[in-house]
Amino acid sequence: MLDARPTVGAVSLRSLAEWIYRFILFPIGQMFVFVVGAAVVLTLFAYGLALLFPEPRPNIVLVDQVNRQLPGMIISGITTGFVYAMIALGYTLVYGVLKFINFAHSEIFMVGSVVGFEVMRRLDDAGNLPFWNPVLLIMLIILVAMLFSGLLAVAIERIAYRPLRGAPRLVPLISAIGISFFLIDFVRAFQAITRNDFNLTYPTNDLEWLRTPVKLAIGEGTVNVRPTQFVVVLGAVVTLIALNYFVNGTKLGRGIRAVSQDMTTAGLMGINVNRMVSLTFFVGGSFGGAAGALFGMNVGTVTPFVGFIPGIKAFTAAVLGGIGNVTGALLGGLALGMIEAFLNGLLVYFPALGQRYTDVFAFSVLILILIFRPSGLLGERVDEKV
Amino acid sequence: MTALLELQNVHTYYGHIHALKGVNLRVDEGEIVTLVGSNGAGKSTSLRTISGIARAKVGHVHLEGRDITGLKPHEVTALGVGHVPEGRRIFPLLTVWENLEIGAWNVSSRSVISSRMERVFELFPRLKERLNQKGGTLSGGEQQMLAIGRALMAQPRILLLDEPSMGLAPVLVEGIFDIIKQINAQGTTILLVEQNALMALEVASRGYVLQSGSIALQDTAHNLMNNEMVRRVYLGEN
Repeated sequence: MLDARPTVGAVSLRSLAEWIYRFILFPIGQMFVFVVGAAVVLTLFAYGLALLFPEPRPNIVLVDQVNRQLPGMIISGITTGFVYAMIALGYTLVYGVLKFINFAHSEIFMVGSVVGFEVMRRLDDAGNLPFWNPVLLIMLIILVAMLFSGLLAVAIERIAYRPLRGAPRLVPLISAIGISFFLIDFVRAFQAITRNDFNLTYPTNDLEWLRTPVKLAIGEGTVNVRPTQFVVVLGAVVTLIALNYFVNGTKLGRGIRAVSQDMTTAGLMGINVNRMVSLTFFVGGSFGGAAGALFGMNVGTVTPFVGFIPGIKAFTAAVLGGIGNVTGALLGGLALGMIEAFLNGLLVYFPALGQRYTDVFAFSVLILILIFRPSGLLGERVDEKV
Repeated sequence: MTALLELQNVHTYYGHIHALKGVNLRVDEGEIVTLVGSNGAGKSTSLRTISGIARAKVGHVHLEGRDITGLKPHEVTALGVGHVPEGRRIFPLLTVWENLEIGAWNVSSRSVISSRMERVFELFPRLKERLNQKGGTLSGGEQQMLAIGRALMAQPRILLLDEPSMGLAPVLVEGIFDIIKQINAQGTTILLVEQNALMALEVASRGYVLQSGSIALQDTAHNLMNNEMVRRVYLGEN
């Protein structure tokens, strides 16, 4: 357990404190800093916008709108941001090891959201959904989605990517896109056959605790927060802490890092490289699955096509943070989620613009990053050796 | 007596390039054997074929009589072959301690790992001072120490060393060759690939001269050092 310490010997109180710092306090602090940082930057941006355009439309004073909307935008930004961060981790982990973008990851996410629905729906059909303890129910949904999506990712790698290892880079990319279409149509066919519908609505009607908004008093006003938003944030924080421990504190995590830095040499150390690659896909896939289930609970209805936009946005987030960099994925996800929430809240006040244009700006971020800082915000490690 | 390591008529290709053209070579328990030759003669390829990074298309690699041709690198390592690759190839973003831990990947006992680590620190006290430093921040000499130390963590029966003197200051080169002798004296067989033929032949008991993919010459190190062709081509004498 204290693997990460060079000292071998009795577990002293000091090393325990250090362990708690490294694997619990530090990651929480990091997330906190990223959330607050993104919120502060975008709040300044919003007020700057209000200064530039005091009255974008007749009778609409932008400052008042910003004041009114701010808490809601921040909360929705955090929620979206954590979902993006969790999906982005899947892209970044796989990229770190194979230097390849797994474009089927958005569908792994989608499968997670569908599995989450299936679990809830089956419990509902059996009639005992309302009797479940909320915490247990959410844990069950997340764990089943993680397991399913993780194994799916492993299978995809084994079938569609491993035989192409060593082929030119475009080849596995195309294979990934093929898998992506396959999964969309497979899920669609499966749901169409078994349920005669592929708009899958999470059965939350009987769950009062999941439907009653929580009123948060902020300043003079109150903000309604959906319980699912709490679930998303809490679920994401817990799984992200677990991931940090796994990658930085365990032997297997060390093996993954070694493989991602130098695959050939890792093999010489006795590491079964293929097993590490499978493990990476499992971890990345299970995070995509957890994100899918959390996303599904939050939005309520999912379809087989639900993966594309969040997937490509999470990819943007991974690039924004620095692809291959786990901390970067977290930062990129939170930043992008926050950017989007603010645009969503404010664009509506501008003539000829509206919420529908949010994606234009979100993807402009991707293009700007690719042009001006291709290594991403935290990615100074463009140290690929030949 | 079966050789610890034996290559029989090994042919290795990189794509269409015929890199090894029938290499025969044997290393007995306890020896230091060196493989000298110019750039591109196939020295590294020979080591890479032994440890399974490259594949022999024809021929066999035997470890103590057991055929290990075509095994994966991690399987070869598990059988007791340590390989210090050319250019050191330490993990730049892992700490020194983590690099050493990775070297002992197949060892699960903490006490075995820490006693082996102590042995590595006896050979390279410098590494102990750098324990929490990232591998990429070490100097070239320290990286070479780490690369050798990391391979020793698996306690290999035979250690393949690829150009350990490459890019090091002459003072450090002396030190590395002393260490190689020490490691050998402690019971590890060594197959040493070097461009610095003189130094290599000084520590080795036997040597092979590789020329464009096949063995041109083999003899005791002493005889090779006195061989006119070797002196002219590899030791730079007129």
